[in-house]
Amino acid sequence: MNTAPIIIVGAGHAGGRAALALREQGYAGQLLLIGDEPHLPYERPALSKQLLLDSQPADACHIGSAEQYQTLAIERLSATRVSAIAPAKRQITLHDGRTLPYHQLLLATGGRARQASLPGADLAGVQLLRTLDDAAALRPRLQAGQRLVVVGGGFIGLEVAASARQQGCQVTVLEAGDRLAARALPPLISAKLLALHRARGVEVRLGCQIAAFRGDGSVSAVELADGELLACDTVVVGIGIQPNTELAAAAGLAVGNGIRVDSRLQSSDAHIYAVGDACEFPCPVSGQPQRLETWRNAEEQGRHVARSLLGADDAYAALPWFWSDQFDHSLQLAGQLQAAANCVTRALPDDGLLLFYLDAAERLQGACGWGADNSIARDIKLAEMLIRSGKPLPAAALADPASSLKSLLKGVASV
Amino acid sequence: MSQWINACDVDDIEQEDVLRFDHAGRTYAIYRAPDDQFYATAGTCTHEKVHLADGLVMDHIIECPKHNGRFDYRSGKALGAPVCVNLQTYPVKLEGGRVWIALADA
Repeated sequence: MNTAPIIIVGAGHAGGRAALALREQGYAGQLLLIGDEPHLPYERPALSKQLLLDSQPADACHIGSAEQYQTLAIERLSATRVSAIAPAKRQITLHDGRTLPYHQLLLATGGRARQASLPGADLAGVQLLRTLDDAAALRPRLQAGQRLVVVGGGFIGLEVAASARQQGCQVTVLEAGDRLAARALPPLISAKLLALHRARGVEVRLGCQIAAFRGDGSVSAVELADGELLACDTVVVGIGIQPNTELAAAAGLAVGNGIRVDSRLQSSDAHIYAVGDACEFPCPVSGQPQRLETWRNAEEQGRHVARSLLGADDAYAALPWFWSDQFDHSLQLAGQLQAAANCVTRALPDDGLLLFYLDAAERLQGACGWGADNSIARDIKLAEMLIRSGKPLPAAALADPASSLKSLLKGVASV
Repeated sequence: MSQWINACDVDDIEQEDVLRFDHAGRTYAIYRAPDDQFYATAGTCTHEKVHLADGLVMDHIIECPKHNGRFDYRSGKALGAPVCVNLQTYPVKLEGGRVWIALADA
């Protein structure tokens, strides 16, 4: 008989979703959700957009309400850090020295924003953006006429740049690489992003090396490697996250680029599971370990692990998928682009674009879309279903804007 | 009280598709099901304010273009996380080749 609780360490998106899903799945035992932030679990996409544009209140990001957690008997320990795990004893130690026993442990420890290792990174006004509190601290700095320098031309940096520009700030984006969001996006979409930002008045510098942040107490300029000084009021550093794996590593769990888990999201210890930004799981297609930092990954893994914790055997098999909104445009990407043998391009009205990535047998592996508002959402959803179908697809039909992906899917389904 | 609003032409919506309809400062979504029945719901997802008409209709399901929230557009029923709040639905009638929806008086 198990009287010890399931403990979830990390009350972000994946942790919060897992807690709610455990109750939905019928788990009636003790359930404890521990997080180091003071907030309810929340979704992060709005932090770089709606919260900076005042178009959505912060509590609209919450996953569940305080009443809901209470009703469901999910005990929340907020503003609480876990300092150690003892897998052999099945217990954790909190920052205040208290120890708690667990029956099963879920690590949803997420990641932390990487700080630039540059002189002046500790100046006031050099901001990171990862949490609700970060967004609340950044928002008042984005007043019309303020000068913002964004370090890093990835999704966070570009979304902040777009929001700040919409608030009337003067915005400069500094990217070390030769194109925007290069790690995640194909060059054609990077080019669309660059053109949009420049057209909306964002100064984007590629291949740009930074030497230091300058200022007396608070930042007043960014010094580039060639000595040029860019005067500014605020800097946002958006150069990725560092997964929070230290707790797992110190406990002796297998850790690679994240906490290693199997296809059920179970770690190298049978009583410990991991999900979300912090976990490295086998790609359902290639079997290669991968770590994803997306909304869908947090959502779906949070739900899946609830079932795994309760004994389900099935493998986590969700396709990678993410979106980014910038100005009045959005992009979405589904599946994998890397291993593709062939890329088919479909041009859409109003400068939109769909890219389809096929393997050697002409099966769709991944798709990426770009367009105004959510205009490509439907096609990317259909592409996702076409990927899952695993059937060969005619490249000519994929390239033809007049050919409906839904017909293609139904054709596939009826074969 | 509600009144019938002349929303669109029957042929404006393909089978198994959705159309955005804006009226009096609010937005609605009108659906034509695979069996040629018409339905109407609130126009934005209950999870975030995203236009459902950009989403995909499959059978009697509309899927939000952002977070994959799914609703049965006949009843407005939310079909699981991340959406848990049902969509408001509105009565629909066809008359003279037009689609009419019944909206509450403002």
